[in-house]
Amino acid sequence: MSDLPQAAGEALEAFSQAPGWEQRARLLMQWGERLAPLDEDERSETNQVSGCESRVWLVGERQDGCWHFRAGSDARLIRGLLAVLLARVNGLEAADLAEVDMADWFARLGLSRQLSPSRSNGMNAVLQRMCELTG
Amino acid sequence: MALFSPWRADFPALAVLEAQGQTYLDSAATAQKPQALIDALSGYYTCGAANVHRAQHQPAERATRAYEDSRIKVAKWLNAASPTEIVFTRGATEALNLLAYGLEHLIGAGDEIVISALEHHANLLPWQQLAKRRDARLQILPIDAAGRIDLAAATELIGPRTRLLAVSQLSNVLGGWQPLDDLLHLAKTQGALTIVDGAQGVVHGRHDMTTLGCDFYVLSSHKLYGPDGVGVLYGRGESLLQVRHWQFGGEMVRIADYQHAEFHAAPLGFEAGTPPISGVIGLGATLDYLAGLDVAAVERHEQALHDQLLAGLVARNGVRLLGSPQVALASFVVEGVHHSDLGHLLTEQGIAVRSGNHCAMPLMKHLGLDGATRVSLGLYNDSADLERFFSAIDQALELLR
Repeated sequence: MSDLPQAAGEALEAFSQAPGWEQRARLLMQWGERLAPLDEDERSETNQVSGCESRVWLVGERQDGCWHFRAGSDARLIRGLLAVLLARVNGLEAADLAEVDMADWFARLGLSRQLSPSRSNGMNAVLQRMCELTG
Repeated sequence: MALFSPWRADFPALAVLEAQGQTYLDSAATAQKPQALIDALSGYYTCGAANVHRAQHQPAERATRAYEDSRIKVAKWLNAASPTEIVFTRGATEALNLLAYGLEHLIGAGDEIVISALEHHANLLPWQQLAKRRDARLQILPIDAAGRIDLAAATELIGPRTRLLAVSQLSNVLGGWQPLDDLLHLAKTQGALTIVDGAQGVVHGRHDMTTLGCDFYVLSSHKLYGPDGVGVLYGRGESLLQVRHWQFGGEMVRIADYQHAEFHAAPLGFEAGTPPISGVIGLGATLDYLAGLDVAAVERHEQALHDQLLAGLVARNGVRLLGSPQVALASFVVEGVHHSDLGHLLTEQGIAVRSGNHCAMPLMKHLGLDGATRVSLGLYNDSADLERFFSAIDQALELLR
């Protein structure tokens, strides 16, 4: 666990103590509240990730070689999923970011179903957009 | 009052899903399959597959007979005048595309194709693209608050330039029967051809092509408890004569030379290549099964279940129904709750419902929504399924509020 960013370590600890769907849902909503809000002009069509059943926006910028993403959604549980995703990737250098196994990360949180191909919630589309931004 | 489906045991998947903790309330997307269909598929593959309408050998003869028997069964199911009015396609969507290409020659610049505001993408996009190809106009019939096509507006919009009218029989989002008799009459008066999308409607009750009076009727096997990969295009004899060939290949051709070919008439002329043989045979077996049921009892059960669904939904604080659903399904939104959040939490509790735009993005936009939750029923559902759904939605809303 030592190789995880601090926020990711916190997420892992919290979610590993939440075995049931209700606890996981509550946690996701709490984590979603922690997302830094996007400005009105950042909630733009350009930043919108298509392929999601709710509206999702993703912006990313590189500072001193490290990637920092911010994201938002009009759905609360999606905000939670975005929060635990960003917890894992924010602050990483491009090379480390490319190494992150997202499926494994969501599996460790007990959220692997959210990445299954039939899910139209758009987490796969968010990952795709992240690759495009960092590629 | 508890409602039990006497047909539930005929569908083995229901018990399996229940054992997996899944409550299936998404039959408008695709229905579960009766044992009779599973046996027919297994029987066909076990006893020797063969291509149809080609070879003389005995397996081919058997397959061809079974395939053509299915055509007769579909014709009977719809009360078509003849089995030659039944064309098998790979789905309802393909049947609508067949028409959009096969009738293209009838559409000129400035002509009008009329659809409604509530159409599924499958009965919108083929016409939209046809209109673009021919520089024609796509007219959209508005709907009223109950989710029914507005007849007063239709009287205005269906006019002398109308060449085609393509409308759903039963909305996949709003669950309302459309006023087909009046609409078809309006179109016929203007000399237009009429196409009815029966993908949802055909699943509920029996529909008689002789009395319905449309030129074409399209259905999907997999929503009618049959196999997927099969659709049906019903075309009235004289109307089918106006459809031009669209896909070319094996067995739809009568005489072929390198530079020239002549094609079969309907139905074979519209079934290019190897058709979905097992699926068509399976659909025949499904119709045999359905024909053996007491239609009135099925309708009573479905209606009673639907009444319970509506009563339970409207009893919940903040729930708003889309339109006034009459049968089969209900779509709804909950005030202050995103449909994606509700869908997420229902999924967590093993409730299989649909959340999203239901392949009707323009309709959602028209309703001012970016999505909704849809519960849809099959004849195998019973009130215990609804009870599980209601308790799950209560739990979900408690968490979300």
